[in-house]
This record gives sequence, structure tokens and C-alpha cells, in this order.
Amino acid sequence: MTDNDMLFDYLLRLGDNSLILGQRLAEWCGHAPMLEEDLALTNIGLDLLGQARMFLSYAGEVEGKGRDEDRLAYFRDTKDWRNLLLLEQPNGDFAATMARQFFFDSFQYLQFEALARSSDERLAGIAAKSLKETTYHRRHSTDWIIRLGDGTDESHEKMQRAIDAIWGYLPEMFDMDAVDDAMVADGIGVDVTALRTAWDGYVNDVLAEATLIRPEDSWSVRGSRDGKHSEHLGYILAEMQFLPRAYPDAKW
Amino acid sequence: MVALAAHEDIESILALVKDPEIPVLSIADLGIIRRIEEGEDGRVAVVITPTYSGCPATEVIEADIADMLKLHGVSDFEIRSEISPAWTTDWITAEGRRKLEEYGIAPPASKGKAALLGHEGVICPQCKSTNTDRVSEFGSTACKAQYKCLDCLEPFDYFKCV
Repeated sequence: MTDNDMLFDYLLRLGDNSLILGQRLAEWCGHAPMLEEDLALTNIGLDLLGQARMFLSYAGEVEGKGRDEDRLAYFRDTKDWRNLLLLEQPNGDFAATMARQFFFDSFQYLQFEALARSSDERLAGIAAKSLKETTYHRRHSTDWIIRLGDGTDESHEKMQRAIDAIWGYLPEMFDMDAVDDAMVADGIGVDVTALRTAWDGYVNDVLAEATLIRPEDSWSVRGSRDGKHSEHLGYILAEMQFLPRAYPDAKW
Repeated sequence: MVALAAHEDIESILALVKDPEIPVLSIADLGIIRRIEEGEDGRVAVVITPTYSGCPATEVIEADIADMLKLHGVSDFEIRSEISPAWTTDWITAEGRRKLEEYGIAPPASKGKAALLGHEGVICPQCKSTNTDRVSEFGSTACKAQYKCLDCLEPFDYFKCV
């Protein structure tokens, strides 16, 4: 891989994370447990979609093959996607959605905070802008973890079950491969292993306040950096990409 | 001096463009016009910045700016969007804050960072009480949260600090 290929791949990872989680949150539209949450989840999804557009537009320019944000979003198959496996997991119940959201918000907050200091000015600009939004996302999901964990017996049990079920998808957030190493060496990317302590500190505090138990690190699943995904991604893409693939030249 | 007069013209034309989601505010009140550049050949560049990454109003605003410039006889222009430095609610003008409150939307309470950390004193736009409570962090548009007043009991929108 050339430096340029690596930057392209790195930008895809960032953009795909935002796009796939945003797409998942959009599935809640009209189905959330209450109106305020319907608005919240779709607003967060919209922020993520906006972030994805900035990352993927930039990725397309770096690649230099004439692919724009739409081409990258609608005409790639599963093996070419770089989002974390965590983010393509089904919404499940509200507790499962909030568990996925909370752990990722806590990670993305730290990732954007560090990326805002990237030597790549454009990437730093996107991260600085997105960080403001992620600050609200994290506050929102944090509130729910505490409210449901330290709520009724039933809400506590569902929240704990959701956290246990997703725990093994979290270690992938802190993986580093050759692309990550190269980006860190160039001052462009983030050493995610260095975010681990801050992430643990924040997550542990919130789980303690929520009276929830941090699960043991007994299992883990990974593969997104090599384009190896769970079966769920294919279904997401089938729905998200149907229209532009069926009518490739369609315009609004 | 001719160029300066023309610059002021463009500024006053842009002041006529309203925010499509909060139509009491002009885009100038909102602080999203970053610069107006005029080349020696008379070509005008309007540099704007989006409020939120995914704000659907951004594209409408660009189209509205183009329409308003054309309507006033300005044909040689371009509109560019810049994301850095990131837009902050601190750029909403005093006039903009007054208009928001009159419209029933509580303007952002304090300077960015403190509000991001959750130390907010949101004032009810109806009765001016500070005895208010957050209903939801997210509201009808990306930039607003939902609050209620515990004194006059009115629910209201709050323009979030970013």
C-alpha cells in the first residue's frame, strides 16, 4: 500500500463508522419508545451522516479515481467496508441500542479529540467540528445508561444483558494495524491504544453510577480492518444501496 | 471606495436571506457568513460555514443565497463552504439572540465550553424564570433541545451551545 492508499483506507474507516451507525439509528425513526427519543436518535443519526459525508468526500478525493461520497456509500460491497463490527450489530431493544451507542460515543469522543490535533488540516477540521456533536451524543447515551441501569429491576436487568451481549465487540476499537501505525507515524492518525485508559476511566465511572457490572474480557470478535464483517452488514447495505443500484442515474 | 460600497451591498443582500428552519433569523444573525471576497474582476465569493455536519438546511441556504444574489443583479459569484474553524453559537449576533427570544426560543445560555460540559442556566423565553428543566437533549432540529419552565409551565425550544 502507498501512503495515499493508507490515508484512503483510514478515511474510509472513519466515514464508514459514522455512516453505518447513522443508518442503524435511522431505523428507529417512528419506532422509538417515546417521541423525544425518536427525535434524539434520528438527530444523532443525522449528525453521523453529516460526518460520514465529510470523511467519504475527502476519501474519494484522496483516492483520485473520481469516486464521490455517494459512489463510495452506494457502490461498495461488504468486503470493502471498514466500519467496526460493533456498529453493524442490530438495534435489538432500546437497551441494546444504548449500550452500542454509549461505548462507541465514549470512544469516538476521544478519537475526535485526538484527531482534532492531526497534522492533516482537513481531517483536523472535520474532527473538531464533529467533536462538538459527539459531546452531546455521549451525554445523551451516558444519561440513559445511568437511568436504565439504576432504574427498575427490569430496566437494570435489560441494560446489563445488553452490555454483556456487546462486550466482545469492543476490543476491536483499540486494535492497530499497519495502516494505523503508518497514520500515527505521519502525525495524521490516532494511536487508539493510548485512548484506552481514558476510555476505561469514563466507562467505569458511568457503569458504577449505573450500578452495572463491567463484564470480564472473555471473548472478542474482529475483522473490519480486513473487510471481514458479520452477516448483518449485507442486510444494511441491501436496504441502503437498493435505490441507487436499481436506478444508477436517478437524480432528485 | 467603490469596492467597499459594493462589499456593503453584498452584505445587505445576504442579510435578506433567512434561515429556512428558524425564519426569524437571517443567515447573518446566525453567524454562518464567514467572509465576502471580491476579486479585482468583480467576481464575488461568499464563504459560509455549516452549523451542524448533517444540517439539512445547509444546501437550502446555499440555494437561497444564490437566488437572492441573482434577484439583486449579482450574477458573477461563487458560494464556498468551510468547516474550519468550526461554527460556534458564540457567533450568533446580539440581534440574533434577541430575535430568537422574541420568537420563543431560548438563546444559547453561555459560552461554548461551559455549556458543553452541562453547566447551563437556561432562561424561559416566556416568563424569564431560570427555574427550567431539560426534557430532551435533542429537539425539532439539530441545533435545538427541548426544555420546560417549572414556573410558567410552558415547554420551549432551547438553542444549544456548541
